[in-house]
Amino acid sequence: MSDKIIMAHGSGGKLAHELIEKTFLEALSNPLLAKLDDSAVFDFKGRLAFTTDSYVVKPIFFPGGDIGRLAVCGTINDLAMSGAVPLYLSLAFIIEEGLPREDLMRILTSIKATSREAGVQIVTGDTKVVDRGSADKLFINTAGVGLVPKGVSISGSNARPGDKVILSGTIGDHGIAVLSQREGLSFSTALKSDCAPLNGLVAEMIEASSRIHVMRDPTRGGLATTLNELAAQSKVGIRIEEEKIPVRDEVRGACEMLGLDPLYVANEGKLVAVVAPEDAEAVLERMRRNVYGKGSSIIGEVQQDHPGRVVMKTRIGASRIVDMLVGDPLPRIC
Amino acid sequence: MRFIDEFRSSELAQGLVRGISRHSTRRARLMEFCGGHTVTIMKHGIRQLLPPTIEMLSGPGCPVCVTDNADLDKAIALAGIPGVILTTFGDMLKVPGSRTSLQEARADGADVRIVYSTLDALQIARENPARSVVFLGIGFETTAPTVAASVVQADQERICNYRVLSLHKLCPPVIKALLDSGEVRLDGLVCPGHVSAVIGSRSWEFISRDYGIPCVVSGFEPLDVLQCVYMLVSQVERSESRVEIAYRRGVRPEGNQRALELMNQVFETGPARWRGMGQVPASGLRLNKAYQRYDAELAFDFDPGPTLEPEGCICGEILRAIKTPRDCQLFGKVCTPASPVGPCMVSSEGSCAAYYLYGAAE
Repeated sequence: MSDKIIMAHGSGGKLAHELIEKTFLEALSNPLLAKLDDSAVFDFKGRLAFTTDSYVVKPIFFPGGDIGRLAVCGTINDLAMSGAVPLYLSLAFIIEEGLPREDLMRILTSIKATSREAGVQIVTGDTKVVDRGSADKLFINTAGVGLVPKGVSISGSNARPGDKVILSGTIGDHGIAVLSQREGLSFSTALKSDCAPLNGLVAEMIEASSRIHVMRDPTRGGLATTLNELAAQSKVGIRIEEEKIPVRDEVRGACEMLGLDPLYVANEGKLVAVVAPEDAEAVLERMRRNVYGKGSSIIGEVQQDHPGRVVMKTRIGASRIVDMLVGDPLPRIC
Repeated sequence: MRFIDEFRSSELAQGLVRGISRHSTRRARLMEFCGGHTVTIMKHGIRQLLPPTIEMLSGPGCPVCVTDNADLDKAIALAGIPGVILTTFGDMLKVPGSRTSLQEARADGADVRIVYSTLDALQIARENPARSVVFLGIGFETTAPTVAASVVQADQERICNYRVLSLHKLCPPVIKALLDSGEVRLDGLVCPGHVSAVIGSRSWEFISRDYGIPCVVSGFEPLDVLQCVYMLVSQVERSESRVEIAYRRGVRPEGNQRALELMNQVFETGPARWRGMGQVPASGLRLNKAYQRYDAELAFDFDPGPTLEPEGCICGEILRAIKTPRDCQLFGKVCTPASPVGPCMVSSEGSCAAYYLYGAAE
């Protein structure tokens, strides 16, 4: 068996079968996947949530995770943010020829562990191999389906004046952990990506309150962009307090050094919830008991004023606009 | 977090604000020269806290913003020469020149690479001996020593394919030009912190002496700026004009001798074009005779084409502090950080970007 992925592994022929059986099936096996039919067939009853996302993170291994864990968590979290219970995922790999088989195995092992942790199954998949240079090591696309429980109605347009805004923990961990590994920028930090499946946390939150109006995971674009999206979708203003937003020292230090703002740095294991004021404390308390919600806090509230805008009370007692992320945040010049 | 939280303390900030309000009786127009200070002021909402007697003006201290279109065109033309790898700090990528930007040039096939340090650019030169690596030297006295260091290093290692397009600019001459123009009346100057760390606070003495304007060097945390404003107000109220430092942890009167020596070793002063201000004598740095072979402008034959200015953009007047971003008809409508017309909207330290991103709550 070759220790690298070569073009023939994507040919559909013998090597492709060997790759699927020896690598993918061995790592991910479950009855639906093992059938190896053209599609996974399963029974379903109720309201379906369906989502897809692609993952192109560089580097593919980073402190606290890898592209596989990221792909599984990302799709699970997108489902969970609609209040859905994630059930089945698809995985499609686009592999650049030359990827060490060992790397692929590591990623599959991580996918297996993450999907087991989250209680979802990978039921269908695909593999393509492209020439060197046509992809960067490995790209993954995932899609997922989940079941939305009866009575749950969570949407970005449901925020109402008076609602409390809850954040599930520190911001910027993922973005800075990945950035710290980038070529030409590597700096040493003990920081790890927060990459995690949040469906367990969400299920507990929904159990604690039926008045969770909005949930969203602040991934690319960071907390600032997510809050702006919610303000626009719900046509409300959001007021947050800088002092209440938890940021790790490592993240603050790196951001100061690079000229970045943690509000705009990506997270992969955090959520923002907009909750009716009377239930906010109960939801918060429940969140803090979950391993992925330990650092939860109320960071602000929804207002009637300035619809579509996010305003932040700064540490020194003034206030300012918090806008969406524009372009890529690039380190400053001086 | 140590060295950050102390300088953002709400209580201390409120104390300084009370002190400023108590002392300030005369109207005072203070200019923060540096774009970094503009960002601090806007990001933390400092203007809202100051009494109505104090007006803060944003100055021309954003290296990206003051780069003239003719110079940007040179960089873009250099990037288009076959075999050239143009290395630059990230901020420059999106700045529109007369016709295009480095970002667009890259999309068209030019090899433009973002580096975080001049030594990364040097590394690219080592790894690509058959190519010419040009570093786009933008920045004030803060950045120039690091570029000088890369040239000295290249010289020591005999790296022959490394060159610099030196568009470096000097701060004291441009402030002098601004004051001599008579367009702006100032009662106090918030002097740039990092520039002063290199050139020393003494470099501002001519302003307090010859123009009678109080000068205080400031750091970049909110308390630094408030402390600086407090010190400026104290001078204004007593009709004094001296140079003081509100950033002692970073700045000494004599500056950083080693950095200054490196700059002097590699560069010589010459005229430079500033956006909005035209040519200012002795305000630029070019490679001196001993290091001329590293000068990208001399090494290549290229034609940047005629210079065009964006229509309706008042970046020049904003940089001269005679207008503010809100005076611009394009501001927030045609010109936003997502589709910038002028450089002050592109750079993270540009006045227009700072007003746009943080300012609307005022």
